[in-house]
Amino acid sequence: MSTDLDAGRAERTTSESPAPTGEAGAPSRWRRRLSRWDVRFSPYLYVAPFFVIFGIAGLFPLLYTVWVSLFDWDLIDDNPSFIGLENYVELMGDAQFWKTLVNTVSIFVLSSGPQIVMAVLLAALLNTRLRLPTGWRVGVLMPYVASLVAIGIIFANLFGPNFGLVNGLLEVVGLDRVDWQADRFSSHVAIAIMVNWRWTGYNALIVLAAMQAIPQEVNEAAVVDGAGALRRFFHVTLPMLRPTLIFVVITSTIGGLQIFTEPKLFDAMPGSNNGGATNQFQTITLYMYQSAFEREDLGYASAIAWVLFLVIIVVALINFLLTRRIATTGEAKR
Amino acid sequence: MTTTFPLPFRRVTRDTGGRLGRANFSVYGLLVAWVLGSIFPFYWSFLVASRDSSMLTEAIPPLVPGGNFFANAQRVFDTVEFWKALGNSIIVSGSVTVSTVLFSTLAGFAFAKLRFRGRNVLFVLVVATLAVPTQLGIIPLYMAMAEFGWANQLQAVIVPNLVTAIGVFWMRQYTVQAVPYELIEAARADGCSMLRVVWHVCLPAVRPAAAFLGMFTFMTSWNDFLWPLVALNADNPTVQVALEKLQSGYYVDYSLVLAGTTLATIPILVVFVVLGRHIVAGIMQGAVKG
Repeated sequence: MSTDLDAGRAERTTSESPAPTGEAGAPSRWRRRLSRWDVRFSPYLYVAPFFVIFGIAGLFPLLYTVWVSLFDWDLIDDNPSFIGLENYVELMGDAQFWKTLVNTVSIFVLSSGPQIVMAVLLAALLNTRLRLPTGWRVGVLMPYVASLVAIGIIFANLFGPNFGLVNGLLEVVGLDRVDWQADRFSSHVAIAIMVNWRWTGYNALIVLAAMQAIPQEVNEAAVVDGAGALRRFFHVTLPMLRPTLIFVVITSTIGGLQIFTEPKLFDAMPGSNNGGATNQFQTITLYMYQSAFEREDLGYASAIAWVLFLVIIVVALINFLLTRRIATTGEAKR
Repeated sequence: MTTTFPLPFRRVTRDTGGRLGRANFSVYGLLVAWVLGSIFPFYWSFLVASRDSSMLTEAIPPLVPGGNFFANAQRVFDTVEFWKALGNSIIVSGSVTVSTVLFSTLAGFAFAKLRFRGRNVLFVLVVATLAVPTQLGIIPLYMAMAEFGWANQLQAVIVPNLVTAIGVFWMRQYTVQAVPYELIEAARADGCSMLRVVWHVCLPAVRPAAAFLGMFTFMTSWNDFLWPLVALNADNPTVQVALEKLQSGYYVDYSLVLAGTTLATIPILVVFVVLGRHIVAGIMQGAVKG
């Protein structure tokens, strides 16, 4: 060791400049090696936690779901029996599964469509010259911080069949009461309203950011050409928002098709996983939860999870192709 | 405080207003209606919580709070383990937030500023995992936790969320433009180890992004429901799990249940009112890049 240190010191005194790594302290060979390792291995060390956690808690469970789905696997079962694709065969003939699939898609369509239209309109309102712009944005974002459980409980109360405020208001304006929980379509509308209430403001801010990124010159050119505010909105602003709208649609697809908390808490029979007496608003994720942790059939629940996974991929792909197609035809027109 | 988000703030508030002209009365009217609609469910929950459930049977319910809120709140604490739930939620969300910000900052720095073999491939992997619905893996995850003996333990809810793809992605995007290479090289030349470069050069520059990621992660974790419901029992719940238990057990008594939702919402609402504009700025800045 001492010779090493001496060598280092000698090097420092004789040749100050060619210290290879450019470190001021002119390190010993050991320190230089350490520094080289530092440069070479630190990056891997820094990115490793993500990959480790994702591998353990994300990728592995997802893949293992396929394996579990091939078994008749009870919740408290040490000897699951291999049954091949039987869970899938059963699933394809399961009327409840198809019902939950239709429910999920129906709630998704009812929430994502109106939500995007409202988000664009709200963003347009926020894009005017407002006093206290940030205050309005905070106000609009407020629903986003509420927990889904709290929202679910509050909206289940508001939409209650007998004493709900919504039905009270309907009666005041002379309309008929609606049994929001019992009727299939009404329950989907109520859940979609819940979803929209929470997410519209958030998406409006994303759209607003995109609106403000549109160069001022484009708008000024349209003004010079004599385009009114409405024309400018439809022919300048909206086409330029397309990439953002695609982004919003794709992200809402992945989340929207996994909807769980809202239908679970909307049930008139709290604590139930049925999604209504006849499963009229049970979603696929809720059905998966019920199969696994109420009926204790892990194999079957895993098959449901995996089919939902494929559905999400297919819908996201369709969405992507569709929105890209619309986007490109829009380009061609101009 | 505006200095925390210097870039997006200036861009957002000053140079772009008025593209659709000055806000007139109808714009303000619509916005006021919208914000009232946004606040109303919160207010409704407080309203019912401050009275008793009999108000729900009245044709036109009173719109002024009554005096029963503290009594109802007390009943919440008597009925479910609400103090424990609050403590658990603070522990879970706190540790998830600290570790997500830490690991995302490190990984974001590596992806943005360090050269290493496989960097691009690994980063593409991170982006690809953004779209993976990991929620669908809860069954094997539950089995694994049972195997570890972690069922009904807080680490079952903490460990899977220690770092997220969105966090890594977000920090990488911010670090790319916020940390100049010259500073890193200068620090290296001064003999700083990599870790010290992160601490003294990177961290000060990316603090706004890390702060936003922290707030975002805390809120997400605080509101998380499906996985805590699976992993934890009613005797060791997070706030959301306790709320669900409150509703499923005592649903007839809405002033009790809605006192629970009010109590659960107040902390996060206070945080939001204090830090809301930074959250707004963060969302809008992320949107421009995404």
